[in-house]
Amino acid sequence: MKVTLKIWRQPDAASKGAMHTYELDGVSEDMSFLEMLDVLNEQLNGKGEDPVAFDSDCREGICGMCGLMINGEAHGPEVTTTCQLHMRSFKDGDEIVIEPWRADAFPVVKDLVVDRGALDRIIQAGGYISVNTGSAPEAHSVPVPRDDALRAFNVATCIGCGACVAACPNGSASLFMGAKITHLGELPQGQPERDTRVVDMVAQHDHEGFGGCTNIGECTAACPKEIPLDVISRLNWDLHQAMRHGH
Amino acid sequence: MAVSGIIFIGFVLLHMYGNLKAFSGHDAYNEYAEHLRILGEPMLPREGALWIIRSVLIVSLVVHVASAAALWKRARRARRTQYVMKKNNASSLSSRTMRWGGLTLLLFIIWHLVNFTIGKVNVSGGATNDPYNLLVDTFDTWWMTLIYLAAMLTLAMHLHHGVWSSAQTLGLTNNTRARRNAKTLGWIVAVVIAGGFSLVPIFVLAGVITK
Repeated sequence: MKVTLKIWRQPDAASKGAMHTYELDGVSEDMSFLEMLDVLNEQLNGKGEDPVAFDSDCREGICGMCGLMINGEAHGPEVTTTCQLHMRSFKDGDEIVIEPWRADAFPVVKDLVVDRGALDRIIQAGGYISVNTGSAPEAHSVPVPRDDALRAFNVATCIGCGACVAACPNGSASLFMGAKITHLGELPQGQPERDTRVVDMVAQHDHEGFGGCTNIGECTAACPKEIPLDVISRLNWDLHQAMRHGH
Repeated sequence: MAVSGIIFIGFVLLHMYGNLKAFSGHDAYNEYAEHLRILGEPMLPREGALWIIRSVLIVSLVVHVASAAALWKRARRARRTQYVMKKNNASSLSSRTMRWGGLTLLLFIIWHLVNFTIGKVNVSGGATNDPYNLLVDTFDTWWMTLIYLAAMLTLAMHLHHGVWSSAQTLGLTNNTRARRNAKTLGWIVAVVIAGGFSLVPIFVLAGVITK
């Protein structure tokens, strides 16, 4: 199949970018979206042009590196990561618009590559539990209710890809934060730092320049791991509790 | 944002109930209006209770608008470079029009107060000292009813998202069922309030409620 690609090209963070159009022929529907971009880059290399820079790592849908805005949707039309999106989701002759995540907290490094370090700094602010290292304790010594464990596991699937921020009309990272707060807050090990965690993470989130959540819900629809909106309610609940406790 | 919004929902419910008194006729409606002014007497001065309610509403309005402005400003700063193409797949129209819808409501409220409370404007040129007659004169004018109904549609959309959003902000929707219930409640509150308000002008225009 043949597709027309409109891709954001920006040489570096300081330069101004623009959309460029490329025609790509001989695309197989069995190719992943990133393989299709690899083919484009081979052609660009052959012509002596600068290849399109994009992020990817595992290409198995579990690392969260490959985030692209495809035809106005984070990770494209399927509920999965960009690397697990295949060209069979498109038709011959389609025009495909590819942009980087747009958020001032995610500055463009080059072309489609953005720096998602802001999410790491939110984790550093409170998305952890403090335990002594050494031999693992006996697992049965801390009982965890089954439903709590399931919920913690379900939201722990967040891979920090940033699609929620990219899709959010407010540019908020609340779904990401809520996933971490619910994941750790559901478990006994997360209780000692529960108040400071939410306060510190929200403070860092706001400091990074993310927007505020207005519960629109585009985030959860874009999330490749289908993190539900409940986690934002949980984030708000924990924040109110922490404030009541004097934080 | 959530708390001030809930105060407004309580107010519009009471206000709507008062408006429906128009169906009981001239005397019942005017008596209700007068009673609002003497509510709490002799413990409170005339219009004492009314001014307590008004003070709470004014403070809520300041809080509500200030929070909205802060969120709007943050959102603008959070994405200064816009997408060439952006689809909204999962969000309701009401959720995406909260800001402009809210501004529309603010303009309407200012006009509404000029119309019925502060200025008392009778567009048909009649008397303004009789609340019931002012109401009938106003909504006998087709374009006034049209403005009012458009405002009610805006209010319905604002409430549809606002009810659920406030539940979420207060942390009350921590599971799937609670989320579904909050969204359903949003529909119910929107339809009941906007629908209830719309009945009076529609029935005035239809000639059922007359002087």
